Amino acid sequence: MTEPLLSVERVSCRFGGLLAVNAASLTVAAGRITGLIGPNGAGKTTLFAIISGFQRPSDGIVRYRGETITGLPPYELARRGIARTFQIVQPFAGLSVRENILVGAHLRHPKRSNALAAADLVGREVGLADLLDRAADTLTVSGRKRLELARALATEPQLLLLDEVLAGLNPTEIHEIAPTIRRLCERGISILMIEHVMQAVMSLSQHVFVLAEGCIIAEGTPAEVAADRAVVEAYLGHGAAKKLGGAHGR
Amino acid sequence: MFSPVILITAILNGLLTGAVYALVALGLTLIYGVLHIINFAHGALLSAALFAAFFAFHLLGLDPYLAALLIAPIFFGFGYALQRLIIGPVSHGDDRNMLLVTLGLSVVIENVLLYAFRADTRTIDLPYAFQTIDLGFTFLPIPRLIGFCLVFAVALVLWAIMRRTDVGKAIRAVAKEKLGAQLAGIDVAHIYAITFGLGTACVAIAACLLIPTYYVNPTVGDAFVLIAFTIVVLGGMGSVPGALVGGLLIGVVESLSGLFLGESLGQIGIFLIFIAVLLVRPTGLFGARA
Amino acid sequence: MRGLLQIAVVVAVLAAVPLVVQSNTTLNFLVVTLLIALAGQGWNILGGYGGQYSFGHAAFFGTGAYVTAILQVRYGVNAWLAFGAGIVLGAAVGGVIGALTFRAGLRGSYFALVSLAFAEVLRIVASVAPITGAGVGTLVKLDLRVEALQFQSRAVFYWVILALVAVSLLVAQRLERTRFGTWLIAVRENEDAAKALGVNATQVKLGAMVISAAITAAAGCFYTQYFLFVDSGIAFGTRMSIEALLTPIIGGAGTVFGPLLGALVVQALGEGAKLVAGDAPGLSLIVYGCVLVLVIAFAPRGLIGLVETIYRRVARPTKREAAHD
Repeated sequence: MTEPLLSVERVSCRFGGLLAVNAASLTVAAGRITGLIGPNGAGKTTLFAIISGFQRPSDGIVRYRGETITGLPPYELARRGIARTFQIVQPFAGLSVRENILVGAHLRHPKRSNALAAADLVGREVGLADLLDRAADTLTVSGRKRLELARALATEPQLLLLDEVLAGLNPTEIHEIAPTIRRLCERGISILMIEHVMQAVMSLSQHVFVLAEGCIIAEGTPAEVAADRAVVEAYLGHGAAKKLGGAHGR
Repeated sequence: MFSPVILITAILNGLLTGAVYALVALGLTLIYGVLHIINFAHGALLSAALFAAFFAFHLLGLDPYLAALLIAPIFFGFGYALQRLIIGPVSHGDDRNMLLVTLGLSVVIENVLLYAFRADTRTIDLPYAFQTIDLGFTFLPIPRLIGFCLVFAVALVLWAIMRRTDVGKAIRAVAKEKLGAQLAGIDVAHIYAITFGLGTACVAIAACLLIPTYYVNPTVGDAFVLIAFTIVVLGGMGSVPGALVGGLLIGVVESLSGLFLGESLGQIGIFLIFIAVLLVRPTGLFGARA
Repeated sequence: MRGLLQIAVVVAVLAAVPLVVQSNTTLNFLVVTLLIALAGQGWNILGGYGGQYSFGHAAFFGTGAYVTAILQVRYGVNAWLAFGAGIVLGAAVGGVIGALTFRAGLRGSYFALVSLAFAEVLRIVASVAPITGAGVGTLVKLDLRVEALQFQSRAVFYWVILALVAVSLLVAQRLERTRFGTWLIAVRENEDAAKALGVNATQVKLGAMVISAAITAAAGCFYTQYFLFVDSGIAFGTRMSIEALLTPIIGGAGTVFGPLLGALVVQALGEGAKLVAGDAPGLSLIVYGCVLVLVIAFAPRGLIGLVETIYRRVARPTKREAAHD
């Protein structure tokens, strides 16, 4: 088996008395979409913050292309090819959509003219072509999610970390943005997406990890994970699997 | 170097001064704890209150300690109005704007005082201003001893307001979770203004405690407020016990460094502590939140 | 190109003023206005473009002023060299303060407070240290020769400060067209998002602080050459810190011409107040404080922002809407 692009090895994170992440391990294989799901309060956000360099773990190692990147600052990760989006979208509110994307594009293109060209290209790719001159704070929720995606893409990452990029979107909007994400993967960008909503991830991801109460409790293909008794219990409460099983007459 | 008697006297004097610093800092930290901004108009308000106490004595013949009963409510109202009518509406909820507005107000208040009363330094003459109490080995000035006790009385009253009254509960709720408090039906703008009023009233009382042994001019507040900033940073922004302990501590540090280094260098000592604490441990020595 | 053209036109018009106006009082007024505009442009780089509100820019102004004076008076250094050294040392002070504060992660209120404290420390040190002349201040000898960077004619002084302002306008304009400037603005708008996009926020802020300090220090250097006197209150007093932030906020923070416009307005208002109420202490600052509060209330993006908004609403409403839909 080839070495994974990203591997998280027994990472823990403690806030005072609370163990938010408990020896969690996961891997992201190159060229695939990997999902990380889990119920509210499972520690997804903390784990995500650790991987993206916004939070230092109390213990454990994060490796990218075999190199240890634990504790490196976010901008250093971006330079090495790891980009992230924010669950609560963080546009540069006073700037236009194009200028927002430009900030990311400048990472690989120091010259303004080149960066602007790159920004326009990325804008078109995520479906913001007509909105490039709009002020970022006038976009709709789905527009802002696309902008998050566009800015991250503009840094030309090999690994894209998506933090609940589908949350807050209605089914139609999810239906529209899902192909964009799939296309990115086909273009060779590996993706780790964290979601609270299971359905969309299950259809997009090739491999899924499940986090509950700070621990990885299951992993496998979406189908395997969905059938896992521990996963169902984590989402619906103890005894739920049994009840569900009963209802299905098994 | 110095005899123990001189040292102990310096420490005691530092504690007495520190108590008044603590009261100024208490007002500042209260406002920070709830509104999450540093009130740059605090020093100017202190100067204004010192003038109020000065004129209450000169024109009305009011003893400063009695005048506090009049000046504190007036300044509470003034602070309330400042926040409700100017700072709140003007800053459109933006923190950076709030900073600038309090800075603007400070410039206006200070220079109105300068324009009205010129830069002259004034003092009042109280019959008991220089009376002391004999501790056997040293003497302590009575007015500052009274001030020391009153500071703790004020802190106690403030604590009671925060713990025992509905307004206090509302203030604590807003400080912790503004949005939640708003959803629970608390009028946040009103609570902000009340808090600002309370902070201003602290300054007014501090002025009344200072005036018997101190002087007043339009910029006198600046010196205090920079010390108060230091105390607040030292004690942890928004922490009331931190402000009290920090105030006493800074009072002693100032008194001792004045003894060892001379007056103006002693002042630098305080600033250096201030900058060092901010750089190394911005959450304060007592570890309140940043 | 359009930006450069605007600067060229504005500077050319201003440069022509002494050819028309001969009055020393007017020229003096304009020199002081440009001086404040320069100090304000320095603040604007860090505060306007970078969103880091310094309440202590006097630290850099004062360093420039004192270094220029002390090198000449005590060490016999040539005035032009002293001027350059003032700028360099001002930038260095900015670098030190920036490195300390930004590495410690201080933002918002905390940054404002620390910058204020640094200026105060310098003021107290300058008021007691022998090298600065302590409480008396430092006087530079009158020596009206070009080599001494002193001029018989106020018009020449005016052109010197105008040239400095022109350079500062170009710096601001460059900022809007380069990667560094784009990243600086991104940090102002949202530091976390900028970091995630590969921006080393600490480094960018530090860079802005150094440029900012250098420009404000240049204003201080010029002050010394023009007035030939500096003391601790002038150099490091809060008045300069306030004027440096007031002008860009009033004119339009984060815009090329904001500080210049703000300085004109502020100085004109100060003079106007003097005409109406006599030259009383504190009067001009009362006006400044009121204007600051009023501008934040009614024109949060400064006068330039206000004009833009009005222009958009009144002049071409149809075209804008068409572009948006």
